[in-house]
Amino acid sequence: MADNVDDDSLYRIKEGDYVVLKRGDIFKAVQIQQKKKVAFEKQWFFLDNVVGQLYSTTFEIVSGGILQPRKPKDTESSTDAKGAGTDNRNIVDDGKSQKLTRDDIETLKEQGLKGQEIIQQLIENSSTFKNKTEYAQDKYIKKKKKKYENTVMILKPSCRILAMMYHGREPGKICHLRYDTLAQMLTLANIHAGSKVLVFETCAGLVLGSVMERMGGYGSVIQMYPGGGPVRAGVESFGFPSHFHDMLHEFPICHVNALLAGTLDTTAKDPSADSKQSNMAAKEEQNQPEAERQGSPEEQSMETNSGADGSHDPKKEEEEKRREAKAEERKVKQEEKRKKLAAAAALLESRNADGLVIASRFNPCPVLMGLLKFLSPSRPFVVYSQYKESLIECYTKLKEHGGTVNLKLTDTWLRHYQVLPNRTHPVLLMSGGGGYLLSGTTVAADHSKPSSSRQDGEPAEKRQKVTDTEG
Amino acid sequence: MSFVEYSDFIQDGDVATVYMGHESMIAVKVQQGAQTQTRYGVLRHSTDLIGQRYGSKVTCSKGRWVYVLHPTPELWTVTLPHRTQILYTTDIATITMMLELKPGSFVCESGTGSGSLAHAILRTIAPTGHLHTVEFHQQRAEKVAEEFKEHRVDHLVTVRNQDVCKDGFGVTGVADAVFLDIPSPWEAVRHAKAAMKKQGGRVCSFSPCIEQVQKTCEALSDQGFEELSTIEVLLRVHDVRTVYLSLPDFGPDSPAQAQPDAAVKTPPSHAPIALKTTTLPRDIPGHTGYLTFATKPRT
Repeated sequence: MADNVDDDSLYRIKEGDYVVLKRGDIFKAVQIQQKKKVAFEKQWFFLDNVVGQLYSTTFEIVSGGILQPRKPKDTESSTDAKGAGTDNRNIVDDGKSQKLTRDDIETLKEQGLKGQEIIQQLIENSSTFKNKTEYAQDKYIKKKKKKYENTVMILKPSCRILAMMYHGREPGKICHLRYDTLAQMLTLANIHAGSKVLVFETCAGLVLGSVMERMGGYGSVIQMYPGGGPVRAGVESFGFPSHFHDMLHEFPICHVNALLAGTLDTTAKDPSADSKQSNMAAKEEQNQPEAERQGSPEEQSMETNSGADGSHDPKKEEEEKRREAKAEERKVKQEEKRKKLAAAAALLESRNADGLVIASRFNPCPVLMGLLKFLSPSRPFVVYSQYKESLIECYTKLKEHGGTVNLKLTDTWLRHYQVLPNRTHPVLLMSGGGGYLLSGTTVAADHSKPSSSRQDGEPAEKRQKVTDTEG
Repeated sequence: MSFVEYSDFIQDGDVATVYMGHESMIAVKVQQGAQTQTRYGVLRHSTDLIGQRYGSKVTCSKGRWVYVLHPTPELWTVTLPHRTQILYTTDIATITMMLELKPGSFVCESGTGSGSLAHAILRTIAPTGHLHTVEFHQQRAEKVAEEFKEHRVDHLVTVRNQDVCKDGFGVTGVADAVFLDIPSPWEAVRHAKAAMKKQGGRVCSFSPCIEQVQKTCEALSDQGFEELSTIEVLLRVHDVRTVYLSLPDFGPDSPAQAQPDAAVKTPPSHAPIALKTTTLPRDIPGHTGYLTFATKPRT
């Protein structure tokens, strides 16, 4: 390993990295920060020690919440076969088989015994363990391991891990989007490097982050967001390199109508700040009164300014200066925001996006009908909904409206298996549903036909025929 | 046109997808002067296809129209010529996510078969990744290599004609992910391990039979793979339709309540009510194969 130090530098955990903690099937996304207490599975620990270690290392939590890399040898369970029963005819559930009491176990823990050693103690003090079948012994050890092992693995985040994490921990935050359904979305929308993709989601940024991962920093992603600002907590957790964020744009859906009508004004009319400011403020107030409050405090401050002009209180002057500085800062921020809006608007205006992904708690039909207008013909789109009925509405509307083909309303059924020698069967518990998808492909709208690229002097009667068959 | 990059207009040499209706599509190699027979009549490539925008409506000789679509791996999966049993989009999507494929990934695959999965992998790993695909059937290997060229993805893939169980993937220590779809995957597990980066990676084996899964899982554990997980994914397609439900006739209401006038004017309606709903097909593919995933730890 020593000869490949350079290779490994990419695989080492650094301070500030976004990582995922794992124990069994439980995941948790955290950022590596010095001296920060992290709670995971009812345990507290610090991540200071993991900096400089390799990703996918398993750590043991030792006293004081300190993490130590686990020695590879500990992995193998050292259960010597001491014989096993053939079936459970002689095993009686009288609650007396385990001689260790809860207090005994606690003392063992306090003595600093490792999980493996505690399990060994439990086995030795179980009167029925020897009579259990080999398979039952296996199961017993597995169960106890889960309970007493205090290890944690540190992983590099990925779409797979984060999708499973969110689905397991906080399904409500991602509209109950199951990981295999997300997988279908990314494939059905043909997400790939170099394309221009529109994303509308209220899944904490998981869908957006997954799309960005599949694009690898090439192309552009435009997040169409509702309300005051884009939600991207989930995107952070992916820990993308900074250049990935250069491809990410955002556009508030409250400006979509204006953009489509060609009335969205994103130009800085006048270098003098005042007119621009009032321009922005007016627009913001008009379009998203509850979401953007920036316009109103500014107006307030302007009012108080004019009121303060009369008096010459030094305190007030100071305050005024501070206010001005704040206003200046705000102006810079607004200017930045305006530039970003203009950039996103420019990307959308050409109406030649390559893909559309929708997964939100909003009624999907108006979202879909509004955003489809930004797609080129012959491009895929996919809409997720937890509820089938809302997609039936989309389907019906699209059929009426035209402009799409290959419409498919689907869901996936997912089953996990236990695979063990002579004990292979489906896992007893399975997910009841992973949500529904409507996917399709855009085609050239009929009415735009004459204005399209057809310049090769095609006979007029043929075109006539086309419209005839449509009717 | 390329399978990894969209373009707006159809050009000579493209592979276009002709959409003739629900679930009825064909892939057409566009050539100046060529013609394609469809069930709606002849498509003349020079006039009907070349220069048209992808997604436009084109009228065939019989007066019926079709749409010409830009190819994607998903459209290719439903139009490609079958030389073997192929993987379909539902499994492909799951494999792509669970193998953590993304631009820049190095992937090994065997067998190539008809190239359904390979096209999807190439789309995802472009522009900086690479696919090493191994197929033991010579004609199939040659044919798929030809298709990669036609689809302008040949710079992203190396096709090898050899037996993966005997000769491995032809590369060592380079792969982020390995996919196996062969009759005895357990015989290729050690080759999969050898092909993977020392820092680790993901592996997937697709097998229709549970006995194969059993053996593969044993081989994976023996070779030190971790996080073994076997799943099955099925697609359910819901057909949207309006159904009409008849209303039962319980006879006239009790005479005390019934008003003689009203009964004459509006006889109780027993017309069926319309319900917009979905139905499931009578038969669906109930099994494709088991997907076994595992993680190769650092070695």
